[in-house]
Amino acid sequence: MQKKTAYSFPDEILEHVFSFIHSGKDRNAASVVCKSWYEIERWCRRKIFVGNCYAVSPTMVIRRFPDIRSIELKGKPHFADFNLVPDGWGGYVLPWISEMAGAYPWLEEIRLKRMVVTDESLELVAKSFTNLQVLVLFSCEGFSTDGLAAIAASCKNLRELDLRDSEVDDLSGHWLNHFPDTYTSLVSLNISCLGSDDVSFSALERLVGRCPNLRRLLLNREVPLDKIANLLSRAPQLIEFGTGTYAAELRSDVYSNLAEAFCNCKELKCLSGFWDAVPAYLPVIYSVCSRLTSLNLSYAPIQNPDLTKLVSQCPSLQRMLVLDYIEDSGLEVLASSCKDLQELRVFPSDPFGEEPNVSLTEKGLVAVSSGCPKLQSVLYFCRQMSNAALVTIAQNCPNFTRFRLCLLDPKIADYRTLQPLDVGFGAIVEHCKDLRRLSLSGLLTDRVFEYIGMHAKKLEMLSVAFAGESDLALHHVLSGCESLRKLEIMNCPFGDKALLANAAKLETMRSLWMSSCSVSLGACKMLGQKMPRLNIEVMDEKGPPDSRAESDPVDKLYIYRSVAGPRFDMPPFVWTMDEDFASELS
Amino acid sequence: MEGELVLLGGGGGGGGGGSSGVSTNESAVLSNVEVVSEACSYPAESELELGLGLSLGGATGKTKPATATSSWGECGRILTAKDFPSVVSHRTKNGGPSVSVSGTKRAAESVSHEGGSPTGISGSSQVVGWPPIRAYRMNSLVNQAKSQRADEGDSGIGEKDKPKDALKKKLNYNGNKISSTTTVNEKGHLGFVKVNMDGIPIGRKVDLNAHSCYQSLAQALEDMFLRSTNSVGAEKEQLTKASKLLDGSFEFVLTYEDKEGDWMLVGDVPWRMFVSSVRRLRIMRTSEANGLAPRFHDSNERQRSKPI
Repeated sequence: MQKKTAYSFPDEILEHVFSFIHSGKDRNAASVVCKSWYEIERWCRRKIFVGNCYAVSPTMVIRRFPDIRSIELKGKPHFADFNLVPDGWGGYVLPWISEMAGAYPWLEEIRLKRMVVTDESLELVAKSFTNLQVLVLFSCEGFSTDGLAAIAASCKNLRELDLRDSEVDDLSGHWLNHFPDTYTSLVSLNISCLGSDDVSFSALERLVGRCPNLRRLLLNREVPLDKIANLLSRAPQLIEFGTGTYAAELRSDVYSNLAEAFCNCKELKCLSGFWDAVPAYLPVIYSVCSRLTSLNLSYAPIQNPDLTKLVSQCPSLQRMLVLDYIEDSGLEVLASSCKDLQELRVFPSDPFGEEPNVSLTEKGLVAVSSGCPKLQSVLYFCRQMSNAALVTIAQNCPNFTRFRLCLLDPKIADYRTLQPLDVGFGAIVEHCKDLRRLSLSGLLTDRVFEYIGMHAKKLEMLSVAFAGESDLALHHVLSGCESLRKLEIMNCPFGDKALLANAAKLETMRSLWMSSCSVSLGACKMLGQKMPRLNIEVMDEKGPPDSRAESDPVDKLYIYRSVAGPRFDMPPFVWTMDEDFASELS
Repeated sequence: MEGELVLLGGGGGGGGGGSSGVSTNESAVLSNVEVVSEACSYPAESELELGLGLSLGGATGKTKPATATSSWGECGRILTAKDFPSVVSHRTKNGGPSVSVSGTKRAAESVSHEGGSPTGISGSSQVVGWPPIRAYRMNSLVNQAKSQRADEGDSGIGEKDKPKDALKKKLNYNGNKISSTTTVNEKGHLGFVKVNMDGIPIGRKVDLNAHSCYQSLAQALEDMFLRSTNSVGAEKEQLTKASKLLDGSFEFVLTYEDKEGDWMLVGDVPWRMFVSSVRRLRIMRTSEANGLAPRFHDSNERQRSKPI
């Protein structure tokens, strides 16, 4: 009698089952169950996320997954956002586009973050992927409006074009004219990063007018306030809207047109933009406020009492981004009005001022933590903090998933006790068991890292600056944080020991960044020789490392796991430490 | 070099005595190497001494002369946490001196900044990457300050000494951003501009706000683009001599594109005016730079600059 075994189950059934599994993690787990599952899964995977574009090569991806429809790629390390990564470092998307052009003609979605995208790449995208529906360029650079024109002209099925925070060379505002008159499928458009000559307003108006499914429209700063009413009246179905500059002389006709236009947007839930906002025009959005779930005023120089008054009218807010003009008093009002608040970001209006220009302290954050039970994600810039406040916050919000505190003086102590803030952050990691992301600041010794290693078991990303006293700190983190994927460190006294002792850990992480620390060149070389599946990249603008002694500290170090081996597109100031390094340069 | 990547059970570890409590600012720059070779000893962790495959302790910091060939780090180290006295009982904010170093490694200057300012960072010096604000947002802050200045016509908005309440009342309610300190206003352009050099395909970015004069900017650019392969004496040299990029004696000269799209020689106008009008920089071959607005010392020949 023939024994029926698991792998005689028909492939088509398994494939059908897999079609319900969307998460990449779950798919990865399924693919390692057995060889036949691996095979079936790889043929039916449609969506792939590559967190580090150098961890794998496009060839390898295409070989394993023959029919991908949606790809997300990330390039530069996160600290590139703060100008720590010099231009020319890498993150070029062209090699990926070139290979996918042939392999994935049915590609529908491309999402890129921190990558260098050229006009050539965009032209290739436009030519190769006729079914492209989503193009998101988040914090990218290297392209101009010419590239955008190519996309507009060719991608007839484009639904979403999002240029969030990208750097675009402005050559001509007429790229919008390249959307043919027959094109009506736009659903989401984010051009908030574009400069002054980049957008022809009349083309934009016509585009908005003929796309009935447009739900999300984020304008750039140059769109004047008096043009918005017209635009909104063509798109009353918008759910998310970002204004351009929100300042103008107060004129009753402009005011009433605006108020009416906003009032007619019955589905509007998210507002942003508000550059240079003047209080006079704030009341035009009052009709929308009660429905708002997301409000981004972080570019608006609005002060109290106007700011607080606005906030108090938005009881449904889930996400709030604001400048520190809101002050502690405004945050107290937020805490009492917005019980659904999940995410709060408070940015500094004057980060380099010596004296505080606003009254925003730890008290504001404590108030919000106390009043908003659903608070999960915090990014807070302020000038003073105390352990007591942090402990209170931790106890109030055990559900934190992301906690980023940035004290403008990065090594400031508890202002009440003059102690380091170890205990405060220790309370955060101890109480918030689901914490996935943490950024530290303030005066911190090795002790806080001991707490992190002990408690932060779900922590995936940790950002550290000017903290710790010795290698033990780094060792605590590398040996204790089981879920750690990304670790970025600047200006800390961490050297070779912890790194070498925990070298194996590095293969379980996506990447490690260390700049202005004390890791020696010799240690980097050793890691390069011993750990072939890690790329050890040393960045130094003073000259090649071979001119230095083994014990000299390297300026910047970026370590990431890769199955693709060392990359070949490095600029002159980046060196890979691998087995060949020593022989190459001698 | 042993290459053991394991935890050693005992021995090794270097000196006890805990953290770098004894280092003072004068020796801070020299002692970083020494401190790294000490393990911070917590009683509970004494059995955990991290093995080190390299001999790092060999280079003893204190005896190293400042011009040692291998220690470019000495002149170029950003002071970090270990350079400061033990944290627990000290009154002064340890943060002061460490952050008064520009990210371009001028630690030699920073050593003299003892004590710093009681509230922390001195406004005139920032570290690259801190505070962690995206360039996009920083430039937005700048543009707000700039447009406000343009509207106001003068930069004397708000004073540092005024109490906060009085300051709030003075705020201008036509909605323009007011900075209570003069830091942003004086420094003007808080942002990075692109710099390209003829013959080098890869451009760079420089933070104009990290500089307060042409000399310092020119030196930073020389560091970036004209670095010598031998780092030994070159740094000392650069710190002391005047910038070649500015005086016209060198093969290259520093130029900039202003808001109107015209290319000008750097150095003609007062620093603040330059900072508020510059869009990007270019290190141009002197031979190509003919026809640009002449230098400040040739002011009698001043003419309208021509675009390149």
